[in-house]
Amino acid sequence: MEKFDVIVVGAGPAGNGAAYTLAKAGLSVLQLERGESPGTKNVQGAILYADALEKIIPDFRETCPLERHIIEQRMWLMDEDQTCTGMSYRDARFSQEPYNRYTIIRARFDRWFSDQVKKAGALVVCETTVTELLRNGSGKVIGVRTEREKGDIYADCVILADGANALVGSRAGLRPEITADDMALAVKEVLFLPKETVDARFNISGTQGVVIEIAGNVTHGMLGTGFLYTNKDSLAIGIGCMLSDMKKQSLTPYQLLEGLKRHPTIKPLIEGAEMKEYSAHLIPEGGYKALPQLYGDGWMIVGDAAGFVNAVHREGSNLAMTSGRMAAETLIALKAAGKPYSAANLAAYKRTLDDSFVMADLKKYQDVPTLLTEQPHMLGMYPRFLGDAARELLTVDGVSKRAKQQKIMADLKGKRSLLGLLGDAYRFWRAFR
Amino acid sequence: MSATFVPPTLNVEEKLFQNRYRVDTGRPHIRVRNESTCVSCDAKACTVCCPAGCWRADPAGGIELVVDGCLECGTCRLICDQNNVDWNYPRGGFGILFKFG
Ligand SMILES: Cc1cc2nc3c(=O)[nH]c(=O)nc-3n(C[C@H](O)[C@H](O)[C@H](O)COP(=O)(O)OP(=O)(O)OC[C@H]3O[C@@H](n4cnc5c(N)ncnc54)[C@H](O)[C@@H]3O)c2cc1C
Ligand code: SF4
Ligand code: SF4
Repeated sequence: MEKFDVIVVGAGPAGNGAAYTLAKAGLSVLQLERGESPGTKNVQGAILYADALEKIIPDFRETCPLERHIIEQRMWLMDEDQTCTGMSYRDARFSQEPYNRYTIIRARFDRWFSDQVKKAGALVVCETTVTELLRNGSGKVIGVRTEREKGDIYADCVILADGANALVGSRAGLRPEITADDMALAVKEVLFLPKETVDARFNISGTQGVVIEIAGNVTHGMLGTGFLYTNKDSLAIGIGCMLSDMKKQSLTPYQLLEGLKRHPTIKPLIEGAEMKEYSAHLIPEGGYKALPQLYGDGWMIVGDAAGFVNAVHREGSNLAMTSGRMAAETLIALKAAGKPYSAANLAAYKRTLDDSFVMADLKKYQDVPTLLTEQPHMLGMYPRFLGDAARELLTVDGVSKRAKQQKIMADLKGKRSLLGLLGDAYRFWRAFR
Repeated sequence: MSATFVPPTLNVEEKLFQNRYRVDTGRPHIRVRNESTCVSCDAKACTVCCPAGCWRADPAGGIELVVDGCLECGTCRLICDQNNVDWNYPRGGFGILFKFG
């Protein structure tokens, strides 16, 4: 009977962070991935936050396939098809090495990360879907069942890094099923353009990059956001909305994306590009309140499978890598102390997370998902109002500026009572502070 | 919706055409549990929400499901209020093969 110290299910950033850290420390690791190779099932914008990877592979910059380092962030509020109100933040310090944020292409990044995992000594087996967990009489997880013949494999601990759908953990009853209320669906396209064209259209050069986050009525009143990121010789464009909203309306995800691509602010930026892939993926956006139990006898959950996504800042892969690393470090320390992987001992994983930015950030924004679902006008009305106000002020038509301002205020009060406005401001401040 | 917004008419197949797949012929990984449940389902949210257009209302009032273009997102499983979707991943190595992701 084959037995490992640890089996890691999934070879995304969470599983790779865990498997790499474990193998580096000399534990015997089997990593199972359902894709033909790591990355072939995975979708991201994608922004890579250097810090989380640096803590796992300090010299990653030397070999990691990176697209561009980000020197400018734009935030755009867009309506469905006419206007865009925006701000941008470019900082010369973002151009000083070592760079802090990069755009990446996930299929390439995951393959690279997996190569590092193999070099560290883990056994990585692809084209293998884990179908269920094996438990002993007292319920302890003792291994996994795969769809392969004689596909049962045993380990002292199983790390579930199987991503947003979290099928393995929920089918084993270790965590509740995910629901449409906590999940966003994002669709994305990769659009190819010559590098010089990307440089010229975004006012960048060399490996400099720009990322644009998009909010407002491009989502047609649904809770969601869009994005447009620069890669070396391609652009990534996407839009995502909560499933609970999406199922109540009539626009398909590809119509939403097409609407974004045809918006007069976006269209000239992507003009003439060749679309080479269309993808879709879920994002767990329930935040802190939707987190499941994270460990038990012989098992731990990391990354998207646990719901570690900071939707406000669009961070996920960094939380995935960090939680994977922390799960691994917990096992390494227990093994060194000769202690078993019992629920009581694995609680150290949760304590480490609690003391880290992972839980601190998730807690900080724990009220945001509820705020935005219960107060939908936060998304629809205010962005539209900003656009209207800008148009009013910028249209030179012989009406005095004071009269224009009075009209803007009257419009706003017409949309919402003064008390409502104050309440919104307070709730907004509470949720994001 | 704004007064001017015209929902784009487009063929999702044209988008899917750019993707790489290894189709597990004859072994669909997603199935409808009970066809008559779909017939009596008014919302048919699957036909709107599926990003690959795999779910189509058929003229008889039911649902036609073709999973060849599936992006394996999991949406249809979550948006069906009747819990009528029997959802699994394709066998290892089959299904969508993202080139970029
Ligand atoms: C459109 C989009 C944009 C995003 N943008 C950003 C961004 O810019 N920055 C950022 O930090 N985050 C972003 N995220 C979030 C980020 O992609 C995720 O948080 C991150 O990928 C989670 O990593 P993971 O390893 O937990 O899961 P995944 O990357 O999903 O990996 C899970 C792995 O497990 C495998 N697997 C699943 N089930 C099984 C099974 N039963 N057996 C074997 N293998 C299995 C899968 O094939 C996959 O390889 C974005 C997400 C989306 C969808
Ligand atoms: S939503 Fe569910 S029950 Fe309704 S048509 Fe789709 S699969 Fe059938
Ligand atoms: S998993 Fe996603 S792409 Fe596949 S059929 Fe369901 S909704 Fe469509």
